[in-house]
Amino acid sequence: MAEREERRFAEISRESVKFMAESSGVELGDDVATLLAEDVCYRLREATQSSSQFMRHAKRSKLTVEDFNRALHWSNVEAICGYGAQDSLPFRSVKEGELFFVEDKDINLVELALATNIPKGCPETMVRVNVSYLDGKGNVEPQGTVPSAVQSLSDDLLTYYQQITRAILGEDPHLMKVKSVSHDLEQLNRLLHMVKSLVQNPYLYLGSYVRSLVSSVMYCILEPLAASINPLNDHWTLRDYAALLLSHIFWTHGDLVSGLYHQILLSLQKVLSDPVRPLCSHYGAVVGLHALGWKAVERVLFPHLSAYWANLQAVLDDYSVSNAQVKADGHKVYGAILVAVERLLKMKAQSLSQPAEAASSTYAASGFSHGGHRMSSPGLSPPTEPLSEGTLGIASHLQAGGAGCPWEEWTPVPLPAMYCELYSFFGDSLAVRFSTGPGLGSYPPCTPSHPVDARKELPGPTSNPDTTRKMPQLTANLNISPRHDGSPRTDPAPPSLAATGSMRSLTRSSSSVHRSRSSSSRTGQCSASLSREVFTKARFTSPQTALPAFSFLIGGRQMGRRCQGRRPFQTAFATPASLTAVPSRSYAHKLPVIGRVGKPVHRWTCSHYSLHLPL
Amino acid sequence: MAAVQGGLVDAGAEKDIKSEQSTDGWANNNNTNDGRLLSASPGSNASTGSNSKTTAPVAAGDTEDQQTLLAVLQFLRKNKLSDSVEVLRREAGLPEDLLDTKSGDSSGTGSGGAAGSADTEAGDSSSLLSRVTISSSTAAPSPKKALSGGDQPDVSVVLSAYSQQGDPALYETYYSGLKKFIESVLDCHRAELSQLFYPLFVHMYLELVYNNHESEAKAFFEKFNGDQECYYQDDLRVLSSLTKKEHMRGNETLLDFRTSKFVLRISRDSYQLLKRHLQERQNNQIWNIIQEHLFIDIFDGMPRSKSQIDAMSGSLAGEAKREANKTKVYYGLLKEPEIELPLDDEDDEAENEEGKPKKKKPKKDSMGSKSKKQDPNAPSQNRIPLPELKDSDKLDKIMYMKEATKRIRLGPDNLPSVCFYTFLNAYQGLTAVDFTDDSSLLAGGFADSTVRVWSITPKKLCKVKSAADLNLIDKESDDVLERIMDEKTASESKVLYGHSGPVYSISFSPDRNYLLSSSEDGTARLWSLLTFTCLVGYKGHNYPVWDTHFSPHGYYFVSGGHDRVARLWATDHYQPLRIFSGHLADVTCTHFHPNSNYVATGSSDRTIRLWDVLNGNCVRIFTGHKGPIHALAFSPNGKFLASGATDGRVLLWDIGHGLMIGELKGHTDTIYALKCSRDGEILASGSMDNTVRLWDSMKAFDDLETDDFTAATGHIHLQDNSPELLLGTYMTKSTPVVHLHFTRRNLLLAAGAYNP
Repeated sequence: MAEREERRFAEISRESVKFMAESSGVELGDDVATLLAEDVCYRLREATQSSSQFMRHAKRSKLTVEDFNRALHWSNVEAICGYGAQDSLPFRSVKEGELFFVEDKDINLVELALATNIPKGCPETMVRVNVSYLDGKGNVEPQGTVPSAVQSLSDDLLTYYQQITRAILGEDPHLMKVKSVSHDLEQLNRLLHMVKSLVQNPYLYLGSYVRSLVSSVMYCILEPLAASINPLNDHWTLRDYAALLLSHIFWTHGDLVSGLYHQILLSLQKVLSDPVRPLCSHYGAVVGLHALGWKAVERVLFPHLSAYWANLQAVLDDYSVSNAQVKADGHKVYGAILVAVERLLKMKAQSLSQPAEAASSTYAASGFSHGGHRMSSPGLSPPTEPLSEGTLGIASHLQAGGAGCPWEEWTPVPLPAMYCELYSFFGDSLAVRFSTGPGLGSYPPCTPSHPVDARKELPGPTSNPDTTRKMPQLTANLNISPRHDGSPRTDPAPPSLAATGSMRSLTRSSSSVHRSRSSSSRTGQCSASLSREVFTKARFTSPQTALPAFSFLIGGRQMGRRCQGRRPFQTAFATPASLTAVPSRSYAHKLPVIGRVGKPVHRWTCSHYSLHLPL
Repeated sequence: MAAVQGGLVDAGAEKDIKSEQSTDGWANNNNTNDGRLLSASPGSNASTGSNSKTTAPVAAGDTEDQQTLLAVLQFLRKNKLSDSVEVLRREAGLPEDLLDTKSGDSSGTGSGGAAGSADTEAGDSSSLLSRVTISSSTAAPSPKKALSGGDQPDVSVVLSAYSQQGDPALYETYYSGLKKFIESVLDCHRAELSQLFYPLFVHMYLELVYNNHESEAKAFFEKFNGDQECYYQDDLRVLSSLTKKEHMRGNETLLDFRTSKFVLRISRDSYQLLKRHLQERQNNQIWNIIQEHLFIDIFDGMPRSKSQIDAMSGSLAGEAKREANKTKVYYGLLKEPEIELPLDDEDDEAENEEGKPKKKKPKKDSMGSKSKKQDPNAPSQNRIPLPELKDSDKLDKIMYMKEATKRIRLGPDNLPSVCFYTFLNAYQGLTAVDFTDDSSLLAGGFADSTVRVWSITPKKLCKVKSAADLNLIDKESDDVLERIMDEKTASESKVLYGHSGPVYSISFSPDRNYLLSSSEDGTARLWSLLTFTCLVGYKGHNYPVWDTHFSPHGYYFVSGGHDRVARLWATDHYQPLRIFSGHLADVTCTHFHPNSNYVATGSSDRTIRLWDVLNGNCVRIFTGHKGPIHALAFSPNGKFLASGATDGRVLLWDIGHGLMIGELKGHTDTIYALKCSRDGEILASGSMDNTVRLWDSMKAFDDLETDDFTAATGHIHLQDNSPELLLGTYMTKSTPVVHLHFTRRNLLLAAGAYNP
């Protein structure tokens, strides 16, 4: 009975009343709060009921804030609701949990008042007459004629169809295609919810419709919607929700369509590797992959990451005002990748930690055997970095992961290698996320270090871009940059990388020192000073001399410059990154800058960050 | 023997009550209330609204309560509790002699004594209260017993029934017992008796709530809520939200329920059946409710069928009593003032217009084209004083007749053309529209408190010149009417500012000189369409005025609002001439009868009432709608009334007989506009569902006349012929239809705001 009651009305719980009372400094007993809650509920219902009268007399079918306020006014209650709007406020839901709320944006009045583009007055209310039906004849065909596919439906289904289209598309029946509604996030949202309910309906056999459902969901994930142009529109949530939905569809109905998984991955991959696409599409692809599970991330996102990274970096490093929006988008993508990767690593570590360690021998073999097509071939990778990998811990290097992966031609990357590479991108922000991991030393260092070293020598000066780029060069840059200012593309890092493990620790410590030294100058740029502190505290107990690292850092400056947006995180990973076979510079060149092609690059020199060299 | 038994039973019940009382003082008081409220004899008007918790204040001023008190005092005295008697008497402020006489009267009744002897703890006056009143009620022949046919029920039964009233758990038993009975009776009676469910359900629920049995009330509601007719859902929703006694105060719907009797029409056979059952079961609880809160209109003859009942029920207070619709209504049209009319000659027109001022006395000659005899059903010409026709009115009449000759005869095969006036950019919210009768002006009321007037002919709207300028005009010139206009102010539309709330309704005066508007700010305003200024603000409603309407003869207008009354005004009086009070909820729409002698009002209580302007009486109550009524239209001959409501149905009423004669189903949303064509062949309805529908009203009315409806019983047999009567459905483009109007030549004009 109680539940039915609750379903019939909105209820305000005793707790809410108590909270509200507390917020105004009143302590309420339980009984009082209960009584009050019940009374408030009743009064709310009463006011709602009387406000519907005002709605009816205004000949509307939508209840507005004004109606409610009028009802309150006439029942001698102070009007409490704010101003309403003609358009309904977007009802948003929080991704996790069943929480819904009305979005209430702050409006900057100053900005509005000082705005130069004064909106034009709304057009005059006018009356237009047209002869609709001559002699009672005319277009008697009901509006909103249904598509032919629908006409074959039975009456019940037709009503169902009409209800659905009405619910999703609102009253205007001319909007029947998804594409035509891409300007309206709300409609897309409703569409997605409909898809969700379709998918969840246990009585529906979707069969081949899954494919079309998936395609419309993919549309929401990937398309650069018109609504994305306005930064106020929260298309990110839409994409997130669509991604969740996609995974839901996939897990529940994936078996209905063969090769669905493959197809989805392919299309996501395509988007991701297409640099012309806007960042929001990329974001969609990343969250889509993330939603599909860590294996998808591993297979698609990870291999592309290095290529994509440069792209993203360029965006993130652009500090020009005009780039602000794009950059914000870039951060979104960055965050999404980070989350995806984190989960990938965690899951992988988890999946690897269980299997027997027997596979350890295979590891090296597999590591070396392949790797042609990928930029950072795993074979080169694991220059065990004690600190960071330690966090992942537990002999995870022993197995070449992804054993159960169905994608034959794809070769899984061993975890440590993966981590190294990822670390090279994310630096400490990644490490910080794993900071709760096991002890530092747990990971046996340097097992494969020899081959690594050997390889490392190969690329020589030209390569090792990763080393350089991820270096804590920043500090170095700050110090010495004047020298390099005008000259892009200075000599790459000298083979200092040859210096191995020991060197690494040096670098790291040095960098930390530098970082702290120069932190004041950087405050504006770094996004996560907190994590930096954590990092320092956690790991750099014994700072060493900065000097040895210094020259090294200078060498790395060139690439590292691009990472400057995340400088605090990128303390020390010279070594792991250095192992990537493909010269970062080569792909860095290939990459068009996301969003605004080529532009950011030129800005470097002229901006007040001129100490950073253009690439 | 009976008395002894009664005493035993009573004692058992008494113990129950006392154990409850001993737990806390509240229960004690509540029981006082229970007893007093429930045991009040059915015939008497118990003070059900009184919430006082102690006996002393109750006594003050209320005779019923005083009698109760006296009964208590008697009882105390009889048990030699003179101290208590003294205390109570002093508290209640009763004179000693009063008590003495009373006690002398009723001391002979044995039942009271028997009950009293069983009682051991007489000091507790509250526990006694119920019992003593019962004993007095059994002793005194109450109307209830008179109704039960002299079959004096056993005293013990009465007592036990009353003491059980305090037990909320039994409500369910009572109700389901009745339900079982009604379900078991013959089909023909079942439908009629099923009418009892809803009012009983509501009253039992309210009694539970009133007596603070919240959880029982909820359980009761949950259990039987599903049995009620679906058209009561709105009220049930209100009801279910109410679970506390405190909330009952101030809830108008419930006040209505408690104060007004729910009217049921039941055939004598069914009624006897019910009565017998209740007597057999000694189901006094239900019987009391029936006596107190229900009015059963018993008729002789065949029981009605389910569909017949459903057609008429649905209003807040049940059906109309048959007596309510017995008054004679003069629905005929007034004799048209006869004006000599040049029928075919164009030249004559101009001549005539000049000639008009020379007073062709209408009354005199009877050679008008339509030789009109006095309609036997028409009111006398001067039943209510109507304004004299002005010259301009006569001109207009001539124009009207000329147009009428060119009128298109409509019919099922000849549907009208529809012109749609779409309000564009009406962001502020279009709330009301009106056309002048000659279709030259269009006005819109908006939610932003403005009224806008448009000219829909090429002639622009001009203000009259200022007084100084007017002095300069040659008043003798032929075109003086043209000259007084200030051409500089000519524009297509004018905005009238003055209201301080949404304008819910507007109405043009028949002479096109005035415009009325009513608004949420509690006023109706009269605007001049010559100066485009506000002339009068009529204050009186004090609450939102939902609708206003000019009399077809001008001068009078009616308004109705949230205060549940409709008011009749004259434009030159700042106070209303009549107040039509009787609706149980907001008056949502008003309309004048074509002969100006009657006013129809529709209400949120889902009834339509027809009021006599002459004496302010309610002469018709029409029930049958299942939602608030938002549109009314009289047929041009004044015989019929059409009404549209939120339930999407149009109902047709015969005013003379006071009967429902048709139901037009088809709309899917609230009907906001209704209009009959000029000759009454077609009824057009416009709705929120973005359609205009045309109905064959001729057929609907004709069918009625061939039908032999039994006006005596008021039963109607509605055949479901909406599909046959529906002549056309016309879609708009996302534009709810707010107003409909037939031009004098029967072109249908519709208006609404585009609502993307």
